[in-house]
Amino acid sequence: MSNVETIIQSIYVVAAVLFIVGLKRMSSPTTARTGIVWAGVGMLMATAATFFYPGVENFVLIVSAILIGTVLAGYTAKKVEMTEMPEMIALYNGMGGGAAAAIAAVELFKDHHLPLSVTTLALIGGIIGSISFTGSLIAFGKLQGMIKGTFRFKGQHQINLLLLLGSIVLSGLVVAGFDSNATLVIVVFVIALLLGVAMTMPIGGGDMAVVISLYNALTGLAVGFEGYVLQNYSMIIAGTVVGAAGTLLTQLMAKAMNKTLVSVLFPFGETAQASGDAVEGEMKPIEAGDAGIMMAFAQKVIIIPGYGMAVAQAQQKVWELSQLLIDRGVDVKFAIHPVAGRMPGHMNVLLAEAGVPYELIFDEDEINQEFKSCDVALVIGANDVVNPIARTDPSSEIYGMPILDADYASNVIVVKRGQGTGFSGIENVLFFLDNTRMLYGDGQAVATDLVNSIKEL
Amino acid sequence: METFIAIYIFMLAAFTGFEVISKVPAILHTPLMSGSNFIHGVVLVGAIIALGMAETNLEKSIGFLGVLLASGNAVGGYVVTERMLEMFKSKKENE
Repeated sequence: MSNVETIIQSIYVVAAVLFIVGLKRMSSPTTARTGIVWAGVGMLMATAATFFYPGVENFVLIVSAILIGTVLAGYTAKKVEMTEMPEMIALYNGMGGGAAAAIAAVELFKDHHLPLSVTTLALIGGIIGSISFTGSLIAFGKLQGMIKGTFRFKGQHQINLLLLLGSIVLSGLVVAGFDSNATLVIVVFVIALLLGVAMTMPIGGGDMAVVISLYNALTGLAVGFEGYVLQNYSMIIAGTVVGAAGTLLTQLMAKAMNKTLVSVLFPFGETAQASGDAVEGEMKPIEAGDAGIMMAFAQKVIIIPGYGMAVAQAQQKVWELSQLLIDRGVDVKFAIHPVAGRMPGHMNVLLAEAGVPYELIFDEDEINQEFKSCDVALVIGANDVVNPIARTDPSSEIYGMPILDADYASNVIVVKRGQGTGFSGIENVLFFLDNTRMLYGDGQAVATDLVNSIKEL
Repeated sequence: METFIAIYIFMLAAFTGFEVISKVPAILHTPLMSGSNFIHGVVLVGAIIALGMAETNLEKSIGFLGVLLASGNAVGGYVVTERMLEMFKSKKENE
């Protein structure tokens, strides 16, 4: 090993350590902010060192590609609204998968006499990276609302399985040396790209968080494999760590949504029918003025935000409302369900952005006992996570999912745009209870009305 | 032998990944996913090596695309994660 190489490899070691320490720090709220900086320093060091890698040329091309990528991603990442974070993660993750696939393609084109293990891992990493690339792009399109619906048809899973088998068989032919001019390699990649699209199209928007997390893990794995191809240990370590951590994170998310990974990836038939029959009783509306008075003279109000609040950009107004109530001596708390919003933790980020202090925000198991002693539960833009049917009806799709026990509150006010169901398509029993009042309207408009009505008191 | 060293590295790194994440509060799931998304942006290193050693025009174009995508992964991943984690500062300062 030359001196230069020794220095470069040492820098890679330091970078790998920084990645792991950074990830560790990001897994605790108190150190999270420094964690990303540690990892960022590692990335800068590794990237800079690679410019001195023996045999690396084409600097003009490299620098211009980095510049274009940096400007595009940096600009979009800075501009995007907090509510759109999940789809941006999907987008950037897909780019990583695409990059891993590109590395595989270049290496396979370059040399037809790579060792067996290298060719095999290059192909596996390339296939996984390609699936993650197009799959993430579809996820991005779905969350952005550019792709609507779920596109399910009979025999779909069989076709996907066929595509997967096809890419594996053709890969086998490449490994066995049947590929003289790289045509087969191209076909393998095209099939994998198609598979990413075909796998993701039938999955509903509600499950996208799990899917994005899965593709994140897959990209990590692909990067790890391509690291082996290039004999680059920093890639192997960082990729595998992300692959493993991402897999665990995916399972945690699926569990929090009361789903299995298999049921997310292989949805059968049309969107699940609403279980149970029409709910008895009727929804009783309330005016913002009355709702405001109810809260202003309450002792304890628990606010349950959901994605509807985020869509309406109502978090600032909701916090303003809470401050007014707190000034009047009302005990205000926020209850956040693990899967409220588009992703676990998404709602916490949005509330934090609006300035809601950490100590007012509670997890489901921390706050559930408190609903009994609470005068008003204000549900704003949440639906399935407060449906008591998850406790009572074993035939329901969401039976067994931990929910927020809003129905135990003396009064429940539900802010909602219309009378529809949540994305599970299940009627919400809560809305029909005697102690529930429906406050119809856009989240932000309603919150503004509530603020005004309390100010007038 | 090198193959076995690589297998050991895969194994240990996988354990590390599981360990690092195992006790994470739900509020950090999204930032953490974003952070790990940034970390696999190290694919940029590989993409630079691939493009840097590319010879034919086909290799160069695919390598170019690879570097472009990889830097998008790294830069976008970093900025988005940092913006999200920035939110945790305001909480602490309000305490």
